[in-house]
Parts: sequence; C-alpha cells; structure tokens
Amino acid sequence: MNTAAAILDVRALHKSFGAVEVLRGIDFKLRERELVFIIGPSGSGKSTFLRCCNRLEEPSSGSIHVDGIDLLAPATDINAVRRKIGMVFQSFNLYPHMTALGNVTLALRLSLKKPRAEADDIGRAALAQVGLADMAKRYPNELSGGQQQRVAIARALALEPRIVLFDEPTSALDPELVGSVLKVMHNLRDGGMTMLVVSHELGFAREAADRVVFMEGGVIVEQGPPEQIFAAPTQTRTRAFVARLAARS
Amino acid sequence: MDRFLDTFFNLEVMARYLPKILSGMLVTTYLGIGVVVSGLAAGLVLAVIRSFGVRPLNALIVLVVDMLRTVPPLVLIVLFFYGLPAAGVPLDGLGSTWLALSLVLAAFAEEIYWAGILSVSKGQWEAARSTGLGFLTTLIWVILPQAIRLAIPPLTNRTIAITKNTALGQVVAVQEILYQAYSGLSFSYNPSPLTLGALAYLILFVPVVIAGRWIETRFSWKR
Repeated sequence: MNTAAAILDVRALHKSFGAVEVLRGIDFKLRERELVFIIGPSGSGKSTFLRCCNRLEEPSSGSIHVDGIDLLAPATDINAVRRKIGMVFQSFNLYPHMTALGNVTLALRLSLKKPRAEADDIGRAALAQVGLADMAKRYPNELSGGQQQRVAIARALALEPRIVLFDEPTSALDPELVGSVLKVMHNLRDGGMTMLVVSHELGFAREAADRVVFMEGGVIVEQGPPEQIFAAPTQTRTRAFVARLAARS
Repeated sequence: MDRFLDTFFNLEVMARYLPKILSGMLVTTYLGIGVVVSGLAAGLVLAVIRSFGVRPLNALIVLVVDMLRTVPPLVLIVLFFYGLPAAGVPLDGLGSTWLALSLVLAAFAEEIYWAGILSVSKGQWEAARSTGLGFLTTLIWVILPQAIRLAIPPLTNRTIAITKNTALGQVVAVQEILYQAYSGLSFSYNPSPLTLGALAYLILFVPVVIAGRWIETRFSWKR
C-alpha cells in the first residue's frame, strides 16, 4: 500500500480500560478522499478506535500518524493536530450558551486567533455549507436535532480539517431528521472530504462508502468494499452481524 | 404601649444616634462588598485550580475548604484578630473580619463552583478539545459559563448569608451597624438604636435579596 497517500495511519493500536482490553491490535490506513464506514456490535471497540484517532482516548500502545505527524509523540502539539481532525459526536455536544455561529467560530477565534469578522465570515460559510445559513443567530435549544448535528458538522468543517471523524452521527436523531444529516455527509463526500464514520446507516454505507470495516472484540475482522461486506462477506462473524443488521432495518 | 414605644421607638434617642448608624451602614456596605468580591473571586480561582486535577493540591484545597466550612466565622474573626498580629501580621478588626468572612465565602463558593463544573457534561469538554482548544481555554469559554449559570442560585443564597455576618465584626470593634447600635444602647440606656440598626440592615439587605432573585431568574436558562 502506498503509505504516502495514507492520511491516517494506525499501527498495532491497543487500548485497555483497566483490566479490559477494548482494542487488541488495530492496523488501519485511511487514504485521502476516502470514505470508510466502521460497523460492528456494541462493545466491539469501534467508538474507542475512532476516539483514539484524535486522542480523546489515550491509546495504551501502538502508533497513529495523521498527515505524517506522530499523534502520540510527546513533542507533538496535540491541539494543532486536532484542528486537522474534525469530530462529530452522537449527542452533538453543541455549546448551549452560544449561538450556532458562536459554536462554529469559537475555535477559529481562540485556537486559530482569527479576528472576529473573519471568523464570522468563515463560520457563516460553514453554516451555509450544511444548509443553515439563516440559523446563525439561533441557540442550540431553538434548533431541531438534525439542525444541531449539522451545526456540529459545520463547527468541524470551519477549521478546514483533513479528516472528519463521525461517531454515530445519526443515532440520536428521530428517523425523519436523519436524512438531512446524511445529505450533508453526502455533499462532503462529493467534495472530496476524507471521512471515517462509525454508523449503522446501511443504505448510506452501501451507496457512499469506499470501504466498510467490520470490527468485533477489539479487532478488525474483515474489511472491503460495501458490496463484499454486505453481500458476500468472507468471515462467518461478519455474515452473522450483517444478517442481524439487515433483519433489524 | 407607650412604654414599649418609648423603649424601642424613642424618636429623640433615634435622632441622636442616626448619624452613627449611618456611618455604620457605610462600614457594613464596604465591608460587605469587599467580602463578596474577594470571596467569590477566591472561590472561583480555587475551583479552577482544582479542575487541573493535581492530586496533592486538590487534597489540600479540600482540607482547607472543609475546615473553613466547619469553624464558626466568629471564631475565625477572633482568631485572626488576636492571632495574626502576634504572628507579625498587623491586622485590625476590620481586616480580620474581612479576611475571615472572605475565606469562609471562598470555601463555600469553591464547592458550589466545583459542583457546577462537574455537572457540565463530558461531551462539552470533548467537543471543545476536539477543535484544538486547550484545557484552560475550554474551561474558561465553554465550561465555566455553563457551570456559573448552574452555580448562581446557591451562590446567591450563600453570599447573602455570609454578608450578613459582617455584624460579627462588632466583637472586634469594627464600627459597622451593630457596633454603632450597641454602643448607642450602652450610652443611652435605651434600645431604640438597635431598632434603628435593624432598619438599617433591612434597608441594606432587602435590595440585595431582590437583586439575588433577579439574578437567579435572569440566569436560569433552558438547556
């Protein structure tokens, strides 16, 4: 594999919480402009893996390189690297005391030290990108779940990240609001954004993902193009899980 | 009835001691403001230090805070008044009262701020840190605004309770309202100055209580 093109390069990643080993040796590469889905049963370590990729969880061992930078090196300025890695959470995590625009521009002003006017321009553009140009002055409690999640995506995009990590971005949403978020993710994908998504939105995975990774028990069991994982998985465990997912949806 | 009025509402005595009570109100006011400002600020600083999670430091903060919350404020005032000058820190009655009450308010306020900081969800920290904001920036801009909103109702109550303790300064000759009223009583053999003192406290603290209520409603906001 061409390592130069791997924008996220994870090797032999282990993570334990006390005596419980949640990640048991993950090797994974994400190439530029790639959209990769991670699926797997709860407790499989998929969210922990995602959270290790921007060090919201501290890996126990292994290495992670983002855009060539060693994420775990003591000399690495983690805040600088995190600006290259957007993250979208299941529960949105918008700042309730700030408007949508305030949410989107906070890091621009305080982390990138941009003057307010410039930050506001970037923030408005990011909100427009997720279809919320007219919601800039609204507070999170005045927005629907789908709108809140789109503001959260705009907050990540405003920093012009190289990768965006999505941690179950639609699972806290009412079914009728899921579409608006998926549409934004689709647009991002068309714009060439590199994305790593933990989600069970199978329809979206089928049509948009370049690759689907199936995790179970802290390891990657199988990965491949969506057609393979969903229609012709090679591993029994993958087959069983995909069958359960299909039966549920 | 006449005797009652003559004893507690003797206008002639009241008029004589009104200037004293007014000067006492002034002392109570600036002592109270001093205690509120330094106590609330010190409490916030302590809570911020505590959130860095340095274990020995936090153990020390908890120990000191618990001691300050346990000892009666009057004991602290007297202790500082007699103890600190002997230890080479020249502090008069006013200084001792200010220091003691500020420390007590700081201790209670620290606990209230800390509870507020803890009740802000972990996701708020994660969201801010994931955009490259540092620990302190996140604390100041994302966590504290939410924590302080949660802290305001209990903080208002505690602040009013502690500010009223300025009356304890009377014991170490701080010339605040109670001191003036009490010396008025001693000189005139008539408790009317005390009535005047009570009125003075009402005039000072009713607006404070009303302001507290206003602040509480102003800062309660829907999540």
